Amino acid sequence: MAGFVIRRALGAVLLLVVTSMVTFAIFFVVPRLAGQTVDQLAAQYVGKDPSQAEIEATKVKLGLDQPITVQYGRFVKGIVAGREYSFGPSTEYCPPPCFGYSFKTQRPVWPDLVDRMEVTASLAFGASVLWLLAGVSIGVLSALRKGSFFDRAAMITALAGVSLPIFFTGLLSLALFLPTGVSYVSITDDPLAWAKNLLLPWITLAFLYAALYARLTRAGMLETMGEDYIRTARAKGLPERIVVTRHALRATLTPILTVFGLDIGLLLGGAVLTESTFSLPGIGRYAIDAINNNDLPQVLGVTMLAAFFIVVANLIVDLLYAVADPRVRLS
Amino acid sequence: MNSFGEGSPGRGQAGRDLVARPMDVVPLEVPPEAPQGETLLEVEALTKHFPAHSGLFKPKQLVKAVDGVSFTVTAGETLGLVGESGCGKTTTGRLLVRLIEPTSGRIVFDGRDITHLRPGQMRPLRRDIQMIFQDPYSSLNPRHTVGAIVGAPFRIQKISTEGGVKKSVQELLELVGLSPEHYNRYPHEFSGGQRQRIGIARTLALKPKLIIADEPVSALDVSIQAQVINLLEDLQDTLGLTYLVIAHDLSVVRHISDRVAVMYLGKIAELGPRKSLYETPMHPYTVALMSAVPIPGPASTKRPKRIRLEGDVPSPLDPPPACPFHTRCWKAQDVCRQIEPPLRELRPGHRVACHFPENAPGDGAAVAGTG
Amino acid sequence: MTAPFLQVKDLQVSFPTDDGLVRSVNDVSFGVARGETLGIVGESGSGKSVTSLAIMGLLKGAKRSGEIWLDGISLLDASSEEVRKLRGRKMAMIFQDPLSAMHPFYSVGQQIIEAYRIHHRVTKAVARKHAIDMLNRVGIPRPDKRVDDYPHQFSGGMRQRAMIAMALSCDPELLIADEPTTALDVTVQAQILDLIRDLQRDFNTAVILITHDLGVVSELSDNILVMYAGRAAEYASAEDLFTAPEHPYTWGLLGSMPRLDAEPTDRLLQIKGTPPSMINVPAGCAFHPRCPYADLASRTLVPPLTEVAPGHRVACHIPVEERRRIWQHDIRPAVEGGR
Repeated sequence: MAGFVIRRALGAVLLLVVTSMVTFAIFFVVPRLAGQTVDQLAAQYVGKDPSQAEIEATKVKLGLDQPITVQYGRFVKGIVAGREYSFGPSTEYCPPPCFGYSFKTQRPVWPDLVDRMEVTASLAFGASVLWLLAGVSIGVLSALRKGSFFDRAAMITALAGVSLPIFFTGLLSLALFLPTGVSYVSITDDPLAWAKNLLLPWITLAFLYAALYARLTRAGMLETMGEDYIRTARAKGLPERIVVTRHALRATLTPILTVFGLDIGLLLGGAVLTESTFSLPGIGRYAIDAINNNDLPQVLGVTMLAAFFIVVANLIVDLLYAVADPRVRLS
Repeated sequence: MNSFGEGSPGRGQAGRDLVARPMDVVPLEVPPEAPQGETLLEVEALTKHFPAHSGLFKPKQLVKAVDGVSFTVTAGETLGLVGESGCGKTTTGRLLVRLIEPTSGRIVFDGRDITHLRPGQMRPLRRDIQMIFQDPYSSLNPRHTVGAIVGAPFRIQKISTEGGVKKSVQELLELVGLSPEHYNRYPHEFSGGQRQRIGIARTLALKPKLIIADEPVSALDVSIQAQVINLLEDLQDTLGLTYLVIAHDLSVVRHISDRVAVMYLGKIAELGPRKSLYETPMHPYTVALMSAVPIPGPASTKRPKRIRLEGDVPSPLDPPPACPFHTRCWKAQDVCRQIEPPLRELRPGHRVACHFPENAPGDGAAVAGTG
Repeated sequence: MTAPFLQVKDLQVSFPTDDGLVRSVNDVSFGVARGETLGIVGESGSGKSVTSLAIMGLLKGAKRSGEIWLDGISLLDASSEEVRKLRGRKMAMIFQDPLSAMHPFYSVGQQIIEAYRIHHRVTKAVARKHAIDMLNRVGIPRPDKRVDDYPHQFSGGMRQRAMIAMALSCDPELLIADEPTTALDVTVQAQILDLIRDLQRDFNTAVILITHDLGVVSELSDNILVMYAGRAAEYASAEDLFTAPEHPYTWGLLGSMPRLDAEPTDRLLQIKGTPPSMINVPAGCAFHPRCPYADLASRTLVPPLTEVAPGHRVACHIPVEERRRIWQHDIRPAVEGGR
């Protein structure tokens, strides 16, 4: 087991390195390959209508005049040890982990991301509890009563949940229940207000995912209930309740765990639609603003963060899978 | 004539099989009588080692699936390859048709070394060596009609036939006991036995010299097994085919083969003419294997004393040294753990790899020497 | 004479499907006493597995009628909760493929412990000790270590032993073995059959052995029921069935199997055609399209299961004398060959 953990952890680190390379390449190599000059590239990192002097300064600060390897080296060093952007006397310091420095807002990206992390994490984890509970239990009940009225109603609702876009359900629920809109309150300030404000975004986001999970769980349960080992469990004389929970659900939930981990990882990188619809100041909102402002360092930072979450979520899922399924652990 | 129920007056006429017997139909142009006694396939020290899946820091391990197997197949005969799961019989079959690359050894087919032919060079040979698979459900493309499946070899090898492909396919269908009207049907419309017939028809399309049948009947119901075994035998008689039949069922192999090779852990334990091998098996493993086969019959039938082998077949990842059978053999002595017994001919055409063979001519133990 | 431990009378099992009612088992009757083995032989779709699952009460959505008596309890009248309590404790079952029949996420020990603790109020430690004892009893080496292994770490034969240990953990009086050796190699098959025989003797269990292999069935059975298309074709003692079989289907089965104890014949006696689909069972005697002796009666009337000798029942329209003559003159020499 220890070997397995080490192998997977090393793999995750490797994946992070590769991700950083790809992200770096997208932002600094691909545009050049596409025919942009160094000056044009540098111009995008300055504010609007940049002067030639500003472009020159940014070029040096970012090291765009250096070879690619040196640029990437600085990029990595920034993440690990922090980085200074200097041109002559003007120096901007970006403390580690340096996910970039926005020359437009004159601020390093990372602290902004940390500020917004709480909102996104609150949204993601709260909603995930809701959708996991609702989705899995509806899926199980549907599978056990396949073809019943409950099953059909649940699956039609689920179809609606999957098909309706968040901004539709979100705006509709806002109009119906909270026309004044929601405003985020930190959990450390007032947990009650925190939950009260987030309830509607949670439900909206969870509705979509619960629908997906109900369908997944239902399909998984139907397959598992047909397995030979379920027949064995019944042949042993186990009560149906235990057959369903300890034997069928255990096997069904394991693959769902994988999807769940990835979904959480994705959402932590920004629940763009939900945050926008409810005007929540989270990572997703930050990404949208960064794109609208054409602030490339911010976009780069968000991209790196999202990729980081997905890799970490993947690692956790792998480890959990090994705990759940002995065949993975011991093979 | 030995068909079910024939020869009972009054009712007997109904006893003719519905299944058209290959002898009753006009066969495709029968190739000239296969030259008897000529070696068609020669396999020498054939070896296949698979790299085993191992950890990041573990030394690389090898699964010795086939480990130095040698035998020949004479034109017109049937060689049976029998053994338990993991003995390497299926891998051997796949090596022969070059579905997988051998690690070492030599395969000579019809006087030509085919061990290292490139895929392009193999193509003409695919006409001559064909394979019948175990699972009649997964080896036929469900989206193709029977006509397309059986006719595929003609198209792939770009062979034009007299009267066109369709006529040839319909003749083939009749040959294997199906109806020509089945031409436009799909595999799912057929039962397991009929699908196996379709597979056989496809195999026969290009009049192969050698057919390798890997567990051709083990997925079929008992009554259907007999039909397919009879069909294979009838086709051999009519078309002068040569078979290599790979199976785990000793009774089936005995029924269909002229010579039989018993495999254990990637090696040939014993190889001999059918009668000699089944009546006087020499390798203790063969003896144990045969005594384990349940004989249908009342409790009063005389059964050979069962030799109860302990434990399981060892892993081919780490086969026992010297004689691979020594861990389960009741006759094993020190020499079996130290020196690998060579495959020696102790009776005409009957070879065995054992230091202390059973039923050996003369005193078995004496042959082992003092080594 | 007291009723046998398990008594099945006129059992019918049907499933509603889109193609109408599928009658998987029709009017099947048999009895099994303690310490006795009944072999049920048949090909795919013959209803042999459905019969066993019907006894266990493990068929979902099936309609069962007739009578099933287990030790004086009517299983068809008992509530599903009552039957559940009998499963595992009074009647147990082992299956063809022990790898898929055991839960991949739980250790072998956990699964045996679970089986034991459903029916016995004991601590986990006591149940674990019992599990180790059972593994030892079925011949698994180092059971105190292997008890914590997972099914996929066992070899095929060891898994089937573990499955048997699990089935026998509550000392059931009826054991149903559904193709218990079909997935195993022949030497391992011999070990498992020996094991079932030994355990049956020790526990005085009633055993139902379901298989397609006449060789396997003859190893263990006292009585044999041959099923075809959901009905009993022939029901006889093992002795009678192999020495004086009377149903053409039984003859066909015997003739279809190449055997090790006889000089190989040129051709096997084959049965033409294929087993029928249960959705479309032939009228009259279901075997008539494949039977060389079928006459008008076979095509229209279902032959009743008639006693031809004490304990020997056959469902066939051919007159008894004629059947015996065909067996003696035509079939037997071909089947037994040069034996």
